[in-house]
Amino acid sequence: MNAFRILLTASKALRKNPMRALLTTLGIVIGVAAVIAMMEIGAGSSQALQDAISSMGANVLMVVPGTASSGGISFGAGSVTTLSPADCEAMIKQCPALRGAAPQVRARTQVVYGNRNWVPFWMTGTTPAYLEVANWTMAEGEVFTERDVLAANKVCVLGQTLVRELFQGESPVGKEIRLKNVSFKVVGVLAGKGANMMGMDQDDILLAPWTTIKNRVTGSTLQSTNQSASSSSSQDTSGSINTLSQLYPGQASLYPEKSAAQIADNPMPVRFENVDRIMAAARNAGQVQEAIAQITDLLRERHRIRPGEPSDFSVRDMTEMTDTLTSTTQLMTNLLLSVAMISLVVGGVGIMNIMLVSVTERTREIGLRMAVGARGRDILRQFLVEAVVLCLAGGAMGILLGHGGSQLVQAVLRWPVATSPAAIIASVAVSASVGIVFGFYPAWRASRLDPIEALRYE
Amino acid sequence: MELIELKEICKSYFLGEMTVPVLRGVSLQVAQGELVALMGASGSGKSTLMNILGCLDRPTSGEYWMEGREVSVLSADQRAWLRNRKLGFVFQSFNLLPRTSALENVALPLAYGAANLTQRETAERAGEMLRLVGLQDRMSHEPSQLSGGQQQRVAIARAMVNRPQVILADEPTGNLDSRTSEDILDLFQRLNQESGITIILVTHDAEVSRHARRVVHIQDGLIVQGAYGRGPAAAAQPPGAELTLTEAP
Repeated sequence: MNAFRILLTASKALRKNPMRALLTTLGIVIGVAAVIAMMEIGAGSSQALQDAISSMGANVLMVVPGTASSGGISFGAGSVTTLSPADCEAMIKQCPALRGAAPQVRARTQVVYGNRNWVPFWMTGTTPAYLEVANWTMAEGEVFTERDVLAANKVCVLGQTLVRELFQGESPVGKEIRLKNVSFKVVGVLAGKGANMMGMDQDDILLAPWTTIKNRVTGSTLQSTNQSASSSSSQDTSGSINTLSQLYPGQASLYPEKSAAQIADNPMPVRFENVDRIMAAARNAGQVQEAIAQITDLLRERHRIRPGEPSDFSVRDMTEMTDTLTSTTQLMTNLLLSVAMISLVVGGVGIMNIMLVSVTERTREIGLRMAVGARGRDILRQFLVEAVVLCLAGGAMGILLGHGGSQLVQAVLRWPVATSPAAIIASVAVSASVGIVFGFYPAWRASRLDPIEALRYE
Repeated sequence: MELIELKEICKSYFLGEMTVPVLRGVSLQVAQGELVALMGASGSGKSTLMNILGCLDRPTSGEYWMEGREVSVLSADQRAWLRNRKLGFVFQSFNLLPRTSALENVALPLAYGAANLTQRETAERAGEMLRLVGLQDRMSHEPSQLSGGQQQRVAIARAMVNRPQVILADEPTGNLDSRTSEDILDLFQRLNQESGITIILVTHDAEVSRHARRVVHIQDGLIVQGAYGRGPAAAAQPPGAELTLTEAP
């Protein structure tokens, strides 16, 4: 008997008693519908939860330069200048697990507006991508543009705390503030974010293009950043970058000039543009490890580090938050799964009961089929296929019902819902295997019937 | 060579400690093309013999040869194949599948032996068989819409559909009135004469056995009369000395 004919026979047999078939499948329909609905609603809630935790920064990665050491003295993290803005751009382009990346240049200086002043805790030079990476939105105005970054324009965006301290209720957009005697135009205000996990006020922040901060505010040079370099050489190779921030041009150098021979003897890798660190965001918290691997590979290649040599940077993730997130998600998934399994098992037992009744009821038919040449395995197959067809039909109906139900929940209760193809595949697979597992015993009983007994059965 | 040859078939049922012998050494020969009636009182063992002949049951001892092959030693699957291809069954209670059309009922044996046939060929062959038994205008009727005689005709068509060598009919007229019984028995006779198919009827009704060319009497698990017949095909071979020939009157 070919597969098509087996299916035909099974569906014919089921059609002969449509009411019973329907009632039998009801268990599976409800089971699968419950699985689908719960998976979808659960996935939606889980997604919402993940988004909430992600907005706290669970998927944020920090790429920081490695440590410099000189004569056994380590200078601590970030003491070498190995990260460049080009690294950041390469990360955006070449790491598919990343949602975005933004360079950071940090400064700490006084901000003055009118007769008030304040030293913000965070003063970060970055790109507009920072907002996306840090999951931040604007309360007022606009963020500065890529063009501002390229042109090192003197524009900035303020956090809520800074606005409160400096402007006292006034709208800061369009106003000018001064940082180290450089005047900046405020183009926007960030939405409030509150304290971070360490208890530090995240709203106490000023964002500006990193080129502006680096070149006009910090005046950081290779020497001032790279302590190992400055310990052996003086400011001459790149000291001329930040001319704008030199208040009094023509200052006498505190150190003696290097001779040409000295410079030739100590070739310094000159990197005019470096950033303090790169902040990157993985697409979701689950892809953090993948993102770390991609960043590490990319930067090692870009920095020409041979296999086996230590990296000149390190990538940090928010392990604590990621762990919380993972365990929360895991808990929810397990909870949903166990409830779903129970309903499917109940449905399966229902199918088994009805199939057993059906075997008894159709004893004569089985005997007849055997008398006209059906082997035990033909009978086994017939009943098994019937059970599986029942389960699959129930599964299909359940998927429709469950999906419809979750859509209804979304429409009426406005709960977040995520369609989950995995749940659909899983419940089809599970309903088929429920059919096989719970259909096997009745089918086996049928196949073991003695044809003579079966034919005489009343 | 006989189509069917039983040699000293014994069958006993074991009920706990007790052994109940039902057949006590039955020997029987049936030639191709015969129409044989197995007669016996209730409990004489004729149904058990029928089950053994139909490969539904195995004898406790003895040999069953069909077309020169020892059948009683075959496996369950091989016997199923034999039932499908070589044997056709007609039952007292028709045993048609309920809520299934006559055509599909007739096509049932084809599902287990003729995987090479397409749906259409299957339907054509089943239709052909229904025409043979005179039910060409009842093909899509379900058993509940058919009279007893018509149902039995469907059952006969089903038994014929795989073109078996032997049809075993167990009290085929037991549930029918005398007129319909005549029709059914005439049909058997016609099939026997036209198709040359071997038919073995089991009955306790002397009227029925009148239609048979040869009657075999069973009593208490033994054949008392008609064990060795001379059918049309076997006629060429001279029968043995111990042979008893019984012709129906």
